[in-house]
Amino acid sequence: MEQLEKFRQDTREWLEANCPPSMRTPMASEDDTVWGGRKATYSNPEAKLWLDRMASRGWTVPTWPKAYGGGGLAKEENQILQQELRRIKARPPLSSFGIWMLGPALLEYASEEQKKRFLPPIVRGEIRWCQGYSEPGAGSDLAGLQTKAEDKGDHYLVNGQKIWTSYADKADWIFCLVRTDATKKHDGISFLLFDMESPGVEARPISMISGASPFCETFFTDVKVPKENLVGELNKGWTIAKRLLQHERDMISGMGLGSGVGSAASLESLAKDYFGESNGKVASAALREHIAQQKMDGKAFALTLQRTSEEAKAGQGMGAASSIFKYYGTELNKRRYELMLEIMGTQGLGWTGEGFTPQEIGVTRSWLRSKGNSIEGGTSEVQLNVVAKRVLNLPD
Amino acid sequence: MALVLTEEQQLLRDTATQFFQNRAPIANLRKLRDTKNADGFDRAVWKEMADLGFAGILTSEKYGGTDFGPVGLGLVLEQSGRTLTASPLISTVLVCGSAVQLAGSAAQRQDLLSAIAAGETIMSLALEEGPHHNPTHIATKATSEGNTFRISGSKTFVLDGHVADKLIVAARTSGDVNAKSGITLFIVDAKAKGVTITRTLMVDNRNAANVTFDNVSVSADAVLGSVDGGNDVIEQVLDIARIGLAAEMLGSIQEVFDTTVEYLKERKQFGVPIGSFQALKHRIADLFAEIELCRSVVLDGLSALEARRNDVPLVASLAKARLSDTARRMTNEGLQMRGGMGMTDQFDIGLFMKRARVAAATFGDANFHRDRYATLEGF
Repeated sequence: MEQLEKFRQDTREWLEANCPPSMRTPMASEDDTVWGGRKATYSNPEAKLWLDRMASRGWTVPTWPKAYGGGGLAKEENQILQQELRRIKARPPLSSFGIWMLGPALLEYASEEQKKRFLPPIVRGEIRWCQGYSEPGAGSDLAGLQTKAEDKGDHYLVNGQKIWTSYADKADWIFCLVRTDATKKHDGISFLLFDMESPGVEARPISMISGASPFCETFFTDVKVPKENLVGELNKGWTIAKRLLQHERDMISGMGLGSGVGSAASLESLAKDYFGESNGKVASAALREHIAQQKMDGKAFALTLQRTSEEAKAGQGMGAASSIFKYYGTELNKRRYELMLEIMGTQGLGWTGEGFTPQEIGVTRSWLRSKGNSIEGGTSEVQLNVVAKRVLNLPD
Repeated sequence: MALVLTEEQQLLRDTATQFFQNRAPIANLRKLRDTKNADGFDRAVWKEMADLGFAGILTSEKYGGTDFGPVGLGLVLEQSGRTLTASPLISTVLVCGSAVQLAGSAAQRQDLLSAIAAGETIMSLALEEGPHHNPTHIATKATSEGNTFRISGSKTFVLDGHVADKLIVAARTSGDVNAKSGITLFIVDAKAKGVTITRTLMVDNRNAANVTFDNVSVSADAVLGSVDGGNDVIEQVLDIARIGLAAEMLGSIQEVFDTTVEYLKERKQFGVPIGSFQALKHRIADLFAEIELCRSVVLDGLSALEARRNDVPLVASLAKARLSDTARRMTNEGLQMRGGMGMTDQFDIGLFMKRARVAAATFGDANFHRDRYATLEGF
């Protein structure tokens, strides 16, 4: 206990000295998110300073082993660090698919050499990763993917097309599912890593309904990939792919907790602003009931996340939890944005320019973006199929 | 927060599961109904429940209880919900026992808590006066005359009222009919002169009663808590009751879910089990997620009671609203998925659906609790 208290004291002092003032203010927009990488952009020089200082202690990924550049913190220490970060309202120093998705999979499945090579640059924010999973013909049926990697002796030759590759145009490297055996489905898939600057790689951004272009079509034409970039065994990539999808689902289902754009103001205070109030109650009784339902759903969902994590610590727990959370969390988040638009009326329907605040435009764009939550990372329908099959053992 | 059960609690749950399945299965409820049993519950089973310590689960050892606390009682109620066991557990132990524990004088506790724990005394709360839960709408009057009070008025939906030995009556001693203050609780003997009890047979085969009080005379020491201060006690007792009833509903919901999944695997149409159809898979998988949320809010409610957290009112409404909605949805879906057989009395699903409706309306339905949640949250 004493040691932990000392850790808290030291951490508090270090953060006080090292977290720049502007990094203790809420992010104004998506542009303030720090993704790192070779083409990194910073809306503010202090963001770079904050990243470098946190990375120097391995605290961009506090629980990864020190041997791979992480902070090497025990669970209790990390809890204290997170509490102290929240206390000063510190921004996340680094957002990264390397941290959220690839890293955990590498820690589990990669060779020692690969871990030493790929993990430290993720911690330092030097290499930005993207995910090469979906293809035009392989969405929900992901294992039907056709991008092929041929064995050419000292390298693989990759040809094919990926789609919905998040930030492929800004990423440095890709973790990619490729077909290495055309005679089998799941057992013919391998997990490859390669540099997006390799000859033959092209990424084209796709315009989305929100007006943004975070996703790309990515084309591979005779891309040479060194053999040492294969993770795990040849044709055993599906196991890694599924595990990584769990990490992705956990990341997306966190959205159900309502931490996205427009979450700073509560639904009820928005409703009082846009609708008015009488005797302290939201003026529209019907809207008030919808808000109550939304908040009660959110609370029940947060309690379920908490219970599952406590059960996991106690060695109990339910199967297929990530599917349930991905399903419920994303549907909840979609309902939240639907409700926000109802609350804001026509002020929630602006596209650009005068007459609308940046927050209003932000909510409208986020409403559009939220529609993808129940599609990406496995649709709601796929999650329900997983529950029906794996948990309830219903027949095919 | 204790959202995970201790070993001792798991043991209690297993004991309760065994007991209700062996000694009080759904067949018992059917028998009570079909034989038009005058009590509406099985006194022998109730005696066994008391011997196992279920009736004294909230009572300290000083009064012969087992003092397992709210989580313990919740676990027992959940298991009783799986078998639709009719017993005075809710009326007597959960509601009236809590009221005496919270507000009773030393003499009242001495007098009643041991008797409740031993399963010897059955008590009912006479609160409601209309078809909707409204704990502050009290028109029943109690007028003070020297060292006595005279009570007049009528109550409805008094759970287990027809078999109660004693009633806790909410009556107005001051203020207008909807005022929070001015309500006083009295402990009244069910056989007292001027008390008329009429059994009302409910759709779930459980028991309630309409009770009228015609100038019923009680002494001042029959007051439970303080004169005019009854609402505070009622609110606390109702929150305990709401969370406890939510635990019972969780058991019923889980039972219907489990048996529905089994049915989907067994029932064949078009040459295949109907559980292979995606139209049904998605609906049942969605209910699986919903029930996980239900379990979380019930456990959180029970642990809030146990830890005497100050957000008990909020979590009580959270649990009662969610479980009321889900109990109705699960039983309706369970019936639909059983097709025509679900409409027959031979299948148990109808019994669960009827119980879900009554439980949902007891101590405030989902609409009542959404409204209350919003008010408590300041909007």
